[in-house]
Amino acid sequence: MIEAVGVKKSYPGRPVLRGVDLTVRDGETLAVIGGSGCGKSTLLKCVIGLVRPDAGAITVDGTDITRLTREVEVAQYRRRFGYLFQEAALFDSLSVWENVTFGLRYLTNIPPARYRAIARDKLALVGLKDVEDMRPAELSGGMKKRVALARAIAAEPMYILYDEPTTGLDPIMSDIISDLILDLQKALKTTAIVVTHDMKSAYKVASRIAMIHDGRVLAADRPEAIRASQDPYVRQFVEGLSRGPIQMKLKEFEPEVGR
Amino acid sequence: MKVVLLEDIGQEATAAFESMGRFTFLVRSTLVWALRAPIEWRQVLIQMQRIGVESLPVTTMTTFFTGMVLALQSGASSKHFFNEPLFVGTVVSFAMVMELGPVMTALVVSGRAGAAIAAELGTMKVTEQIDALYTLGTDPIRYLVIPRVLAFLLVLPLLTVLSDFSGVIGGWVVSSMKLDIPAGVYAADIFDNMEIRHFMHGFLKTFVFAGIISFVSCFKGITTTGGAEGVGKSTTAAVVLSMVAVLIMDYFVTAILAAVGIT
Repeated sequence: MIEAVGVKKSYPGRPVLRGVDLTVRDGETLAVIGGSGCGKSTLLKCVIGLVRPDAGAITVDGTDITRLTREVEVAQYRRRFGYLFQEAALFDSLSVWENVTFGLRYLTNIPPARYRAIARDKLALVGLKDVEDMRPAELSGGMKKRVALARAIAAEPMYILYDEPTTGLDPIMSDIISDLILDLQKALKTTAIVVTHDMKSAYKVASRIAMIHDGRVLAADRPEAIRASQDPYVRQFVEGLSRGPIQMKLKEFEPEVGR
Repeated sequence: MKVVLLEDIGQEATAAFESMGRFTFLVRSTLVWALRAPIEWRQVLIQMQRIGVESLPVTTMTTFFTGMVLALQSGASSKHFFNEPLFVGTVVSFAMVMELGPVMTALVVSGRAGAAIAAELGTMKVTEQIDALYTLGTDPIRYLVIPRVLAFLLVLPLLTVLSDFSGVIGGWVVSSMKLDIPAGVYAADIFDNMEIRHFMHGFLKTFVFAGIISFVSCFKGITTTGGAEGVGKSTTAAVVLSMVAVLIMDYFVTAILAAVGIT
């Protein structure tokens, strides 16, 4: 179980998270939605310990990442996670199979002789074949995301964190990636957080959806409840309307659009 | 206006101190990890190839011509004062082995390999590949910094020895073709005067230069922010800082070596 309590994080001159309280139950897939720059990805990076919150606690199976100070303890904590980066973050200098099995050397005791076979299996799981010896630069955006997904699940983590898994992909590929996430969640029975602003994907993959607005969790409920929500903020976001209570500037030198 | 100016100065000073603190932390973490975790020898070999083997043509060519220039100038000066070119081999070999070989090799390698390291690590930083290392059970110090620092410490001294040799050969070419100095005289000028401590004076400097270039380049790379523009700035800063630091530290290392009698 992942439990975030009162998580706050500011970047110079810009508060991002103003006190996030959120619980992710074992086995569920929580989609975190919200506008660009609302702190979704920062929250995900706080959970895995890539960003240290200014205040609050994030507890995963009894371990509070905010209290870990030694590098070894933090590395031990991270072992339970797989992380899919927004832009895939594949290592350019390595082949696809080396990318997929990169973490096995550090996270498992699996002998290196088995790495190639494991890479083939994990790539098959994300629907890729005969790409093991290719370089990341030779892959399309969708293929990169799949390889990154194979890398995230290679060491069989307990938790998978997806950062904008469908961003930058065409609608069909977005739907394919969403299906893939759904299939993986069923097959691997892991707990997951999916950060996204793609509502179609959120409805498809999530067992619960939490919306972040203004640095706090505005609503957290089942997808059908979020879809039917009467909260004007939630409605504006899920329906993708430019006018509503969520104030966004059309131009930096013009008054804010909205009511 | 004055307050704004003071604020700006304060911010710049704070940023500079913060940067120094982070650099010190990088050096400390590198030493700790190097002692604690297994060395990534495959990465070290890859870096030795990139830093050493691929730099060899440019470093030897540079010092070859430097040796030629030294021979030409010292021969001309000597002719002017003594009517014949005296001790050209001594001048060329001492200048190359004690100073120009180590410094020129370090400057050329920092421009070539140091820039490449800063650009590669900077790109990895802005494309989240550095963050990916953390999520996959390792970290940039262990996987990226240690192999590069180690490779630099292993190959820069070797490159320098070859540069010294290349410079002396360059001097010999000019001595024999332009100054009509017999090869035996040129060699005698070198070996009658040079001792092992003269060689060690230049050789020991290279370890300091290797440390400076590798740490500065890695530091600038992994602290890159701001996309493609940031990578460009980091690369430029890495090269400029490395070169300036090499030239400044050269004086202090020379002074220390002289104080302990290695000169």
